[in-house]
Amino acid sequence: MKGKYRIFIPRDFSSSSLGADEVSVAIEKEARKRGINIELVRNGSRGMYWLEPLVEVETQQGRVGYRNVSTKDVSSLYNAEFFKGNGNHSLYVGFVEEVDYIKRQTRLTFERVGIIDPVSIDDYIKHNGFLALKKALEMRPEDIINEIKISGLRGRGGAGFPTGIKWETVFKTPSEVKYVVCNADEGDSGTFSDRMIMECDPYLLIEGMIIAGLAVGAQEGYIYLRSEYSLAKEVLQKAINIAYERGYLGKDIMGSGKRFDLEFYVGAGAYVCGEETALLESLEGKRGIVRPRPPVPAVSGLWGRPTVVNNVVTLATVPWIIREGGEKYANYGTDKSRGTLPVQLSGNIKRGGLVEVPFGITLRELIYEFGGGTYSGRPIKAVQIGGPLGAYLPEDMLDIPLDYEALQRVGGIVGHGGIVVFDDTVDLWYMMRFAMEFCARESCGKCTPCRIGSQRGVEVIDKLKNNRGDEKLLVLLEDLMDVMMNTSLCGLGGMAPYPVLSILRHFSDELGLKKEINYF
Amino acid sequence: MAFVNVKLRDLGTPPSSSSKMVTLEIDGIKVSVPEGTSVLRAASIAGIRIPKLCATDTLKPFGSCRLCIVEIEGKKGYPASCTTFVEEGMKVRTHSERLEKLRRGIMELYISDHPLDCLTCPANGNCELQDMAGFVGLREVRYGFEGKNHLNLPKDDSNPYFTFDTSKCIVCYRCVRACDEIQNTIALTVEGRGFNSLVKPGPSGKFITSECVSCGACVVACPTSALMEKSVIEQGMPDRSVRTTCAFCGVGCSFNAEIKGEKVVRMIPNKEGAANHGHSCVKGRFAWVYVYSKDRVTKPMIRKSINDSWKEVSWEEAINYVASEFRRIQEKYGKYAIGAITSSRCTNEEVYILQKLVRAVFKNNNVDTCARVCHSPTGYGLKAAFGTSAGTNNFDSVLKADVIMVVGANPTEGHPVFGSLLKKRLREGAKLIVIDPRKIELVKIPHIKADYHLQLKPGTNVALLNAMAYTIVSEGLENIEFIEQRCDLEVYKKWREFILRPENSPEIVEEITGVPAELIRGAARLYATGGRSAIYYGLGVTEHTQGTTAVLALANLAMLTGNVGKEGTGVNPLRGQNNVQGSCDMGSFPHELSGYRHVSDPQVRKLFEEAWGVSINPEPGLRIPNMWMLALEGKFKGIYIQGEDVVQSDPDVNRVIQALKSMECVVVHDLFMNETAKYAHVFLPGCSFLEKDGTFTNAERRIQLVKQVIPPICGKQEWEVIMEIAKAMGYPMYYRHASEIMDEIAKLTPTFSGVNYEKLEKLGSIQWPCNEEAPEGTPIMHKDKFVRGKGMFHITAYVPSPERTSQRYPLLLTTGRRLFQYNVGTQTRRTPNIIWYEEDVLEIHPHDAEERGIKDGDYVKLESRKGWIILKAKISDKVAPGVVYTTFHFPEIRTNVVTTEYSDWATNCPEYKVTAVQVTRIYQKPESIGKYVEKEKELASAEV
Repeated sequence: MKGKYRIFIPRDFSSSSLGADEVSVAIEKEARKRGINIELVRNGSRGMYWLEPLVEVETQQGRVGYRNVSTKDVSSLYNAEFFKGNGNHSLYVGFVEEVDYIKRQTRLTFERVGIIDPVSIDDYIKHNGFLALKKALEMRPEDIINEIKISGLRGRGGAGFPTGIKWETVFKTPSEVKYVVCNADEGDSGTFSDRMIMECDPYLLIEGMIIAGLAVGAQEGYIYLRSEYSLAKEVLQKAINIAYERGYLGKDIMGSGKRFDLEFYVGAGAYVCGEETALLESLEGKRGIVRPRPPVPAVSGLWGRPTVVNNVVTLATVPWIIREGGEKYANYGTDKSRGTLPVQLSGNIKRGGLVEVPFGITLRELIYEFGGGTYSGRPIKAVQIGGPLGAYLPEDMLDIPLDYEALQRVGGIVGHGGIVVFDDTVDLWYMMRFAMEFCARESCGKCTPCRIGSQRGVEVIDKLKNNRGDEKLLVLLEDLMDVMMNTSLCGLGGMAPYPVLSILRHFSDELGLKKEINYF
Repeated sequence: MAFVNVKLRDLGTPPSSSSKMVTLEIDGIKVSVPEGTSVLRAASIAGIRIPKLCATDTLKPFGSCRLCIVEIEGKKGYPASCTTFVEEGMKVRTHSERLEKLRRGIMELYISDHPLDCLTCPANGNCELQDMAGFVGLREVRYGFEGKNHLNLPKDDSNPYFTFDTSKCIVCYRCVRACDEIQNTIALTVEGRGFNSLVKPGPSGKFITSECVSCGACVVACPTSALMEKSVIEQGMPDRSVRTTCAFCGVGCSFNAEIKGEKVVRMIPNKEGAANHGHSCVKGRFAWVYVYSKDRVTKPMIRKSINDSWKEVSWEEAINYVASEFRRIQEKYGKYAIGAITSSRCTNEEVYILQKLVRAVFKNNNVDTCARVCHSPTGYGLKAAFGTSAGTNNFDSVLKADVIMVVGANPTEGHPVFGSLLKKRLREGAKLIVIDPRKIELVKIPHIKADYHLQLKPGTNVALLNAMAYTIVSEGLENIEFIEQRCDLEVYKKWREFILRPENSPEIVEEITGVPAELIRGAARLYATGGRSAIYYGLGVTEHTQGTTAVLALANLAMLTGNVGKEGTGVNPLRGQNNVQGSCDMGSFPHELSGYRHVSDPQVRKLFEEAWGVSINPEPGLRIPNMWMLALEGKFKGIYIQGEDVVQSDPDVNRVIQALKSMECVVVHDLFMNETAKYAHVFLPGCSFLEKDGTFTNAERRIQLVKQVIPPICGKQEWEVIMEIAKAMGYPMYYRHASEIMDEIAKLTPTFSGVNYEKLEKLGSIQWPCNEEAPEGTPIMHKDKFVRGKGMFHITAYVPSPERTSQRYPLLLTTGRRLFQYNVGTQTRRTPNIIWYEEDVLEIHPHDAEERGIKDGDYVKLESRKGWIILKAKISDKVAPGVVYTTFHFPEIRTNVVTTEYSDWATNCPEYKVTAVQVTRIYQKPESIGKYVEKEKELASAEV
């Protein structure tokens, strides 16, 4: 029998770690005790992590929420008849979609996230799921690719390469066998948008991959999943099984006679396997080391076949574009940075979470208006954008718009859209050292500048810290960063100097260095 | 550079096979190279040097050292020239202040984690890291040496031939890639990430306990002294090198023997070698050290009776003694009472001159060769079917094959360098059919799995091959166009009737071979329809009572499906010895003069008679088994045995021993006091391949020069000794150098008419036929038509071997080889190779072992109708139930005591591969029952 009251409690990894599972058990138990008939849905998080566990209740006017619920609050919530959506409780936040943080976003890729039951294919279909696939099945591959090109979609994994052009290369490279590989090895510090898609809207990724397959002529897809994402694995596996059962995957996609098979592969905890060629090596069962380019994977990728390698968010954005049209997507954003980006706010920030916004918004708006400034309440010292290889920017540079080119001009990167905030207590010497230490630990060990250079980087930074007046050491560090940036085989060694150089450039006074560094 | 010639010029990346040329400009110089060439290689071709460490032209570009960065007009940054391909009109700059600075920065990083002991380093003066540091002008390591480093890591010297010094390793992956791309064993990897990345041979971290097969490819590839030959560590760098040819198996690897003074320091496989392309195996690369074994006999010795002890004599005395004994025997017992056995280990010239001694001086045709006991059915069968007694294709042709059928051969152990090439092709996706009673390595290893393993009962090849042909014909899969155009149709029609007889159907044959009919059908379909199909076969085909029939059956299959005469196809024997092909070509068989021309042909005889100034006997002489038979009858009394240990290698050894004992003058010409020499009257010390000039002909008919690298330890090259014997017997010969013997061969042999040393030197090698029509030789035979005209199908009815299992002898013994030992082991047993394989063992299936209460490592008695031996059992599912397997590398085991006298109907090639036996566990200590029995009577009297 269906419950009378529908209650939603997120079960994504972050919410669970904040106690959502315990809360959900307690709410069910209490309902039984009190004889109240509820239907509990474990949805995905809306991405407002500072409110999690956020318990939502369906009302006729929309879903209302109760913030930061703990097991202690369950009894009082029942007393206040929260299941009816009553507002007479201190944790009541009103209609969730009216919360400013959500309301101000432009949710395209994340349109369903937090709303639906992730593993329910019917819920997915009810919320416009597979409409794009249905449409794509009737399109010519060239037209799908063209739509993506019109949308201006660029790779959301970090490199920002135009997706349509990549697909076109795979489409035009003759081969009997082609592959679509989803890079789900989300390893950048302060990023979680891929995880949210996989945990909260897995069919979206599946749909995006099938469309990619139709566009380029690939009949097999792989999801290369980060080993730490155990919940994503569970959810995806269920979703893939159901998609097969319901005929969205397999020999006869939606009765079209076209085939697409999908499997996933769990990595082994190497950051570098998020680099697409190392990922392909690993997927082939080999040691995950970077391949030289050319050939690019679009020409010779998995098992030497033309391969689309796209990030989760990139592929998850495809269905919206196909459903609504490329032009509509391209209406959002700036000159060369079209559409929206799911930004992830974390670090020392008051309102951490996921914010999907069109490109062009300034960092200041994101950090202050969405994020609410630092969690500690102290002034912001630095912001790192784009993961562990991204530049540190000082507070006075936050008026830069979120835009691939604009960030590049100041030595920064959009990366995977992670923004990590630090207040004025941050130890910048430590952060600088960390960039090199991270690289030394996570380098695939293939190219010399990255393999040996990063270790030497740690050592030189340590020496410099103890001999701040030694100009020769500073020159050595600059030379080393120069060699790493310009001669490394891939972005790991090539970009690891960014955080170091940006700290040297913007914070030389704090570091106690007299010399000016002028890199960017 | 101090050590010239030691390392060959390295163009950085492998060549491109494209025919389209691209022109670019490098440092203002215009260069035209094939499309797909790297900028690095293009620069090297133009004579422009770009620093590099991880790139080498035997391995795919890798792009890890980053030293070879360049500037390219219109391109961002500094691309690595090894992984950047040329483009039309590209403008490249290889040196600039900016590039130099970055390169010095990279070098500085390398050296910050490298010991600075260059002066005492074994690679001193021949180290690429050292060269590059000099080339980029590194003057300072600003990082100091107190940082994290790998300078104190332990050395692995577990391999007998080379050491691995991790502290010298620059993690360029060249060793790892060589093991993967060239050897295809993948024993090496890099463990750990980032700064902790270390090259590691498997989980144990020691080479000796890893999957390493010690081919030495990693040592060749290493740019520093991380991987270094122990001989170089002990003796220092060689100062010159001589190109020569390996004397182990029939692959014929080309090597540079690197020498200091009069001593060979190491053997480096030659990149220009057409058979090996710079690759080698443990035997050729390292196990040549038998040359310096203290067991080498260096002085001639004689004795009146085999019960006497040996007496060292001068060469003159020994030669005169041989001459006088042979003349005496001929006078007393008639001119047919002596003969000779030529050796497939010796050069073409030595073989030729020995058969000339027999025919021109002994005046009979009593010459035979050890090929009698291995590949004589190949010569006979392929000549009958195609017209030439040789394999059809070159080794490289396998890289074009879509389906590879390996029959009765174990290439990864017996012919390791070809085995690696085969593995490479299989890893590229070619399909594989293995026909073998044993699960050879190729059946299943990581990255390779046979599509079909037809694990037949030993001795049933012909039935199985017929059933494959039956399937092809009955299912209409034959290549009718090829048959009609290229083969004798009348004969084909008759053959077709024969093959469609019900006894050849897979269902009936299943009962004979034990191979399920569906597998036979599947394999036949694959062979017939899978694209280009190539057959590679070994002694598992020839060493049977129906050896020749099986070769003919293989030829039938190839003709039936049109798989002859083009790349990627053919019928290709894997020759056991370095010069089996050559010794057969040179007229070693009693019925044939060089080039396989029958002695009964008066025109052929006339040609030789005119050249030699003697008359030649028109009657074919004795085959080896007939020599033994007549000896036992008291009619054959003297023999000259060139480099062969018949007492160990011939079947039914006890009979051979009796035959030798009945002779009056047995001359053994060999490096070592071998088993046969125990029954000899004269021992003539021989030369190793490093001590003489000549040529070897490999399994793909490739003639290659063998050069004197060091002076003969015994004082005389073999051809000189034979020349002197001839002279002492009254027939002077006048060769001043081995090349003059080849000139005579060329003059008298149409297929060799274009061969001479000068041309061999220039081209590196020549595949016969080499004549006016093919002045540079013939890689693939029978291209447009068969040498014999029309291809000839043969009726190949299966006749079971007379050797059958019984209640008393319920198991079938088959024999083979192991990677680390070579043939009867005369050479390899005298090298550190024994560390890997120190005795012959008997492989027995767990089921058969269980039934007999045998555990792994137990001593067992292996008994046949002919005799018994004792050896250790190894329980293994590589053999099927009912089959046991061993090798005959070790004389003390004397495997051939048990093998039978049965032989091929056409060529007398012995049936080594099938012997009915019983295996029982032995409880006493083996010593007490004679594992090492010197008193052969104990064994000889066991049963005859």
